[in-house]
Amino acid sequence: MKVNGVPYPAPSDHRRLLSDHLRHDLGLTGTHVGCEHGVCGCCTVLLDGAPVRSCLMLAVQAEGHEVATIEGLAAVGAPLHAVQQAFHECHGLQCGFCTPGFVMTVVGLLRQHPNPTPEQVKEGIAGNLCRCTGYASIRRAVHRAAELSQQ
Amino acid sequence: MLGSLEDAKVLAGGQSLIPLLNFRLARPAHLVDINRIPSLDRIYERDGGVGVQALARQAAVEDSDVVARVCPLLAEAMRLVAHRVIRNRGTVCGSLAHADPASEIPAVLLALGGHVTVRSARGERVVPVGDLFRGVFETTLARDELLTEAWFPAVPGAYAITEESRRHGDFAIAGVVRAGDRLALFGVAGTPVLADPKQPTQGLHPSADLEASPEFRLHLVKALTQRVFAA
Repeated sequence: MKVNGVPYPAPSDHRRLLSDHLRHDLGLTGTHVGCEHGVCGCCTVLLDGAPVRSCLMLAVQAEGHEVATIEGLAAVGAPLHAVQQAFHECHGLQCGFCTPGFVMTVVGLLRQHPNPTPEQVKEGIAGNLCRCTGYASIRRAVHRAAELSQQ
Repeated sequence: MLGSLEDAKVLAGGQSLIPLLNFRLARPAHLVDINRIPSLDRIYERDGGVGVQALARQAAVEDSDVVARVCPLLAEAMRLVAHRVIRNRGTVCGSLAHADPASEIPAVLLALGGHVTVRSARGERVVPVGDLFRGVFETTLARDELLTEAWFPAVPGAYAITEESRRHGDFAIAGVVRAGDRLALFGVAGTPVLADPKQPTQGLHPSADLEASPEFRLHLVKALTQRVFAA
């Protein structure tokens, strides 16, 4: 499988979840693991461009596919990705634990709806839990990210 | 292969099975991953309805032009199935085989009077929806059978699906599907059930849980039925 454009050897343990493979085997700890049953959204990554829960896939299932994690959005030292920039500007994060999952979800959401309505934003982030912000600033960040993406 | 393995589970979208594995609630000896079977993900018009194959993702059904044209009820139901991120992996046929009593898709198939096609080394057979669901998380499929396709007939006239849940994407406390004059309920019995639109709660004995009492579920069935038949 390719992760952020880099080819990696096949996972050796067939029982390994993609989330654990990314973190423990590849050292990509930006993908966070919260609930491990698909409820919290922290582990969201892109699989062939579409957001999925990495805790609800076995790593071997990603063989032959392209995975994108939060680490792949912007190189170290490079300008932030539009969604990251928007979260930064709008205070869309506090503790940051849920943020990688939110950002990857929003990247997928904006591919589906480049100009999302408030209702689409609400529905689009309903599968991600944040215990700090109360979501208002995250919703603002999604709309801001849509603006930034079109500039 | 399913027939030759003791204690095997089919892995399609995995959005229900993998949480069960993560919690060790299910511990099958073998997983048979069907995701690499080519051309098993078609969504196509046939026999006055829509055929949805085993690997068609819920998100693809949600976005499908064929579904929007022939069976818009199915497209509308998709938006109530968990969240888009889950629907990117989850499959329609997987939801049917999983047979969660609170799931929308089995109730839609029931309201429309569709069927599923199942295949094993012994051959292929068609199972009408009325013969598919046996109990909570239980279908009449044999352990060597794979649900390869679901067929949803075109919607006969007015249609609607609505449900009550704590938040969008949560499991439904109770839900109703209208397809023409037919009414199916979900979340209020061990399987989805057909009901009389004039007396939707007749014969129902929903269970209590942390979300709702039986009385509240019965109230929801009445209120939601009124709503879908008022339109």
